[in-house]
Amino acid sequence: MSVIVRDDGFHAEDWAGPVVEIAADTAPDVLVAVAQSGALLRVGFANFGDGRGFTLARRLRAQGFAGRLRAAGPLVADQYAMARRSGFDEVEIPDAIAVRQPEPQWIARANWRENTYQQRLRG
Amino acid sequence: MAAYNLAGRRDNKYKARLKITVFEGGLEAFRDAVEAEFARTRAAFSGVDQALLAEIEAAFAPPALPLRDAGAYHAAWAADADFRAFATQNVVAHKVPGYGIVTVSLKAHGATPGDATAAQMRKLADLADAYSAGELRISHEQNVILPHVALADLPALHRALAAAGLGTANAGLISDIIACPGMDYCALATARSIPVAQELATHFKALGLEQEIGQIKIKISGCINACGHHHVGHIGILGLDRAGVENYQITLGGDATERAAIGEKTGPGFAYDEIVPAIERILRAYLALRQAPEETFIETFRRLGAAPFKAALYDEGARDAA
Repeated sequence: MSVIVRDDGFHAEDWAGPVVEIAADTAPDVLVAVAQSGALLRVGFANFGDGRGFTLARRLRAQGFAGRLRAAGPLVADQYAMARRSGFDEVEIPDAIAVRQPEPQWIARANWRENTYQQRLRG
Repeated sequence: MAAYNLAGRRDNKYKARLKITVFEGGLEAFRDAVEAEFARTRAAFSGVDQALLAEIEAAFAPPALPLRDAGAYHAAWAADADFRAFATQNVVAHKVPGYGIVTVSLKAHGATPGDATAAQMRKLADLADAYSAGELRISHEQNVILPHVALADLPALHRALAAAGLGTANAGLISDIIACPGMDYCALATARSIPVAQELATHFKALGLEQEIGQIKIKISGCINACGHHHVGHIGILGLDRAGVENYQITLGGDATERAAIGEKTGPGFAYDEIVPAIERILRAYLALRQAPEETFIETFRRLGAAPFKAALYDEGARDAA
């Protein structure tokens, strides 16, 4: 099973609608089609060292995707802020990660809007 | 970053490097991907970054360096041999008249190259405030640079440095060696570096040949990752592991300046206790071969090539005697 992490902490799965799975190696051009869908887009992370999903999320948002966007995989709590900044609404982590890094460690990075150098440069 | 993030190798972490991606996919393809990403990203920037850049530039404005009377400098030059040695060896001209750029050597003979104690670092910070417009830089030579020192202040600065054990007048000389941490500290290393540097420094000081040999760059790396940049040292020393035993390979003729050159391997390496005598053979050959004391080691090497140095290095008689 897995745990959904949002800014206010851990949640159980609460999405009942359609889900489109997006693998980390999806070519960005393919995203144009799904960007218009009303489904939850679930971007897979094979491991925390594979950051392709962050770039895919940024692309999806740039292409106008306004629906729910989820990062799914064994990310670590320190990456939560970066996932949010890239455009993800939430992170889905395996139970084992939730045990190793309990809720407070993720909530500690809920301040992802602060101290973002990219935002500072963009204006 | 975004372009590389998508294109970089994920199957082999040793190949997860930008240079590999460019090599495999071609420069053109990667450049196109970066340009496309840039075009996409650009719209998100409002232009405030230019204002931030201007703010940063203002912080790097050159300091005011008023003309000062250099009487104290000339008096110390006439009276104090230690000061003369320091001013000759460790100070180079500044573009502003009456000022100098001072190298504070962290290469006291026999000490660990590039090391400074906490007290020395605090002292350096105070001296930078007092004598160098609050500026201090760390050089790749593992020394500290005070970039804006009035010659009028140089005697006082020299006294303060000497009192703190920082007055070694050897910038650019044979004891000013770049060495990586080596096997004493580094998990990657295959051989020790620091003790080799220490022994070279003390050995040539004891021989009294340091000034005689003059400007030379010896660089030591304790493994092939080459943190000591041995390959661009006039004399490079690379410490390897040969069946559990340290073995030091020598390269000659490397140059890290605008005349960049990779040093040439001389041949078989040397054991830990053979490396200092081996370097001495090379340098004695240099002293015998140079046309004049003004001709530096690297100039002699460029004129003659590696052959005469190799001959001296692998001279069996000399090796047995050592």
